[in-house]
Amino acid sequence: MTAFQAGADYGEGRREESYGHGRAAAHLDHSDPVSKRIIVGYGFWIFLLSDIVMFSAFFATYAVLSGETAGGPSGKDLFDLHNVAIETACLLLSSFTCGLAAIGARAHQNLMYYGGMAATCVLGLGFLAIEIHEFVGMIEQGAGPQRSAFLSAFFTLVGCHGVHVTLGILWLLTMIAQVFAKGYRADILRRVLCFALFWHTLDIIWVAIFTVVYLFGAGA
Amino acid sequence: MLGKLTWGAIPFDQPIPLFAGAFVIVVVIAVLAFITIKGWIPYLWSEWVTSVDHKRIGVMYITLGMVMLLRGFIDAIMMRSQQAIAFQSQGYLPPEHYNQIFSAHGTIMIFFVAMPLVIGFMNFVVPLQLGVRDVAFPTLNSVSFWLNATGALLVNISLVVGEFARTGWLPFPPLSELTYSPGVGVDYYLWAIQISGVGTLMTGVNFVTTILKIHAPGMTYMRMPVFTWTALASNLLIVAAFPVLTATLAMLTLDRYLGFHFFTNEAGGNLMMFMNLIWVWGHPEVYILILPAFGVYSEVVATFSRKSLFGYRSMVLATLTICVISFMVWLHHFFTMGAGATVNAVFGIASMVIAVPTGVKIYNWLFTMYGGRIVYATPMLWTIGFMVTFVIGGLTGVLVAVPPADFMLHNSLFLVAHFHNVIIGGVVFAMFAAYTYWFPKAFGFRLHEGWGKAAFWCWFFGFYLAFVPLYVTGLMGMTRRMQHYDVPEWRPWLLVAALGAAVVLAGIFCQVAQLVVSIRDREKLRDLTGDPWMGRTLEWSTSSPPPAFNFAVLPQVESLDDYWRSARLAESGKGPTAEPDYQPIEMPRNSPTGFICAFFATFAGFAMIWQIWWLVIVSLLGAFATFVVFAWRDRTEYEIPAAEVARIDRENRRARGEALATAEALS
Repeated sequence: MTAFQAGADYGEGRREESYGHGRAAAHLDHSDPVSKRIIVGYGFWIFLLSDIVMFSAFFATYAVLSGETAGGPSGKDLFDLHNVAIETACLLLSSFTCGLAAIGARAHQNLMYYGGMAATCVLGLGFLAIEIHEFVGMIEQGAGPQRSAFLSAFFTLVGCHGVHVTLGILWLLTMIAQVFAKGYRADILRRVLCFALFWHTLDIIWVAIFTVVYLFGAGA
Repeated sequence: MLGKLTWGAIPFDQPIPLFAGAFVIVVVIAVLAFITIKGWIPYLWSEWVTSVDHKRIGVMYITLGMVMLLRGFIDAIMMRSQQAIAFQSQGYLPPEHYNQIFSAHGTIMIFFVAMPLVIGFMNFVVPLQLGVRDVAFPTLNSVSFWLNATGALLVNISLVVGEFARTGWLPFPPLSELTYSPGVGVDYYLWAIQISGVGTLMTGVNFVTTILKIHAPGMTYMRMPVFTWTALASNLLIVAAFPVLTATLAMLTLDRYLGFHFFTNEAGGNLMMFMNLIWVWGHPEVYILILPAFGVYSEVVATFSRKSLFGYRSMVLATLTICVISFMVWLHHFFTMGAGATVNAVFGIASMVIAVPTGVKIYNWLFTMYGGRIVYATPMLWTIGFMVTFVIGGLTGVLVAVPPADFMLHNSLFLVAHFHNVIIGGVVFAMFAAYTYWFPKAFGFRLHEGWGKAAFWCWFFGFYLAFVPLYVTGLMGMTRRMQHYDVPEWRPWLLVAALGAAVVLAGIFCQVAQLVVSIRDREKLRDLTGDPWMGRTLEWSTSSPPPAFNFAVLPQVESLDDYWRSARLAESGKGPTAEPDYQPIEMPRNSPTGFICAFFATFAGFAMIWQIWWLVIVSLLGAFATFVVFAWRDRTEYEIPAAEVARIDRENRRARGEALATAEALS
């Protein structure tokens, strides 16, 4: 339980670091000013919501175009649910390890943080490898994104998620380097928090892709 | 090595863009040389370019918007003069050039004039009205601004290197697809808007967080000034709508660059999907612009009627109602798609319903004026001019919201007149009111009233002269974007419209003269009290211009219009006049991150347009490295010592006290 204890301490310990009010606010303000951690997390949530709106545009497009195969292959011909299941397992598991890393960071426990981040990275790369393998296979069969509107929408929606995972891994490596170089500083912990939120959001979007694209597609 | 870029991209054979471009380049080089010779570069770099101060960023946004307004207005003058001449002739602008002009005009006016102006005023005013020291993410704010400037720069580069889109301000497929627009024009559009759109999205995130999470003590939601409320609504719309624009333009980009089939005619593509997606962003965009404009009018009308705003709660409710309904009307932009009578009826009714909260606002402003002691200063003139003009624009809007009428008026000049009626009469007038109203806060002196009033009357009558004829020719069947025509009945109206544009030009001259005269006479126009208009909200409680930290001690808010209350208390000698207990203040340090990111974004955008792939990779790596370097900083804030805060604040309090004493002695 020490991990959670330390986390709670961290939250309290940062109180004085309220944004923009400086120390002057401490005794003027009756209500507690909002802590920087809350502001950063809140702002990042707003960004994530906007990212979800962007994905929803791609989802809507996919829904409109999913039947437009132009005589080419449909989802039923192309999707291999076996692969997709492994992909999904990788990503869901990586969310768990990412959560462990976040707890480790708050508790300042190196093993938990670095181990969690490394596992997240490996699982994320595994996910990407399977996805790229799937894409390459489809393109080799002549089912690339230029083949039909359905495939354009498919590659864009799933590929956009893949790009997010790639950027997430880039961010993950940066965060490992930052903690390694600077330690568990308050501003770096805030970034770790944002990274974790980002990674979990990718999971949520993947659940939707898994359902709408792969399950519906393979069953149709 | 240079992708598609060759010497052929420079329009040596077209004198107009070539000379215009050469002129702009000469002016830019002259300005840069002047700045260098004067030795201003270190000052500009450390105080402006790298500044993360919301007030400085706001001023830079507004400057960008005003400069681009001139560029967009030159396009407008060219279109009006072309149509005045091109009766049964080709005029002086060849079709491919004319098409670029109307596309650039719309793109610039919406993305690089209206948006920077609106966001600029939100930047400058919102933290001051909330009684705080900066926005939630100051460096991100700087990144937003510079990405916006990158977009503007790319659009202007297209004038000299290559071409701009010929598709209109929204690149409708299939015309914008590679088959029908093989040049780089649409690519310039896509990357300029995509890059500035990312900046705008980050502004939205920043301001939603700021307004909802950072307040002065006691600044509850229902004590927030209406401008701040409208800024919140506008930024919520940005967060919800701009990602759709990003996705839509990304799809068109994939169609053009990689042969995808989202909007093509073949392989199952669906071009009407583009219309739906772009207007799902496009209609909220209209309200992103107009809601803060309503906020400006609310501030101005209360201040210059010397009354608190009538119906504050209904104003907030109306703002948020519009915010929600604005997402339910997008289909009225293409009733002629043929979605069927039921769908069209639903969207037609929704479009008319949105006039109800807008009507509530109009009545609230009228009732604010009723019984007030109205001061007809320039910002108030813009406001009254708006109320008349916007009601007319709104009524023609309700007219085109009726699907059968829209089938007749779709794509006609009637529509063009309608949206200029609401955007000029609504947004542009508001920006000029805001410019006059908050100028003294930003620079410490007022703008010259006489020139300001002259500018207002020129714009007001010029607007009617320019656009009422377009309503008429629209009803006579003239479609928009015509390079030439041969219907004699349209001719006189188009000549009047050209005259109107000339009158507006006179208004712009008055505004330039106003600025020059005001700077010359700045000592006479000095605002020493920090409150030149008898304002009501917190920005008037600090000095003009405010210190970097805005407020020496954060204000303690106890009511709506809190500054009005405390200022009147102070006048009657009951206010807290004792010197506050000064404390050191922590402020964010300046950072070149925004500028350097935009530098790489400019190259990345340019390289994507001309398909110079190595440069794309280098630029993206550069941008990533910039972020890492930024993230590696150890000191993100600096401290202003209590003694320094006290020194600045005592000086301001003394100046204010003297100015008030002088005013009292005079009266």
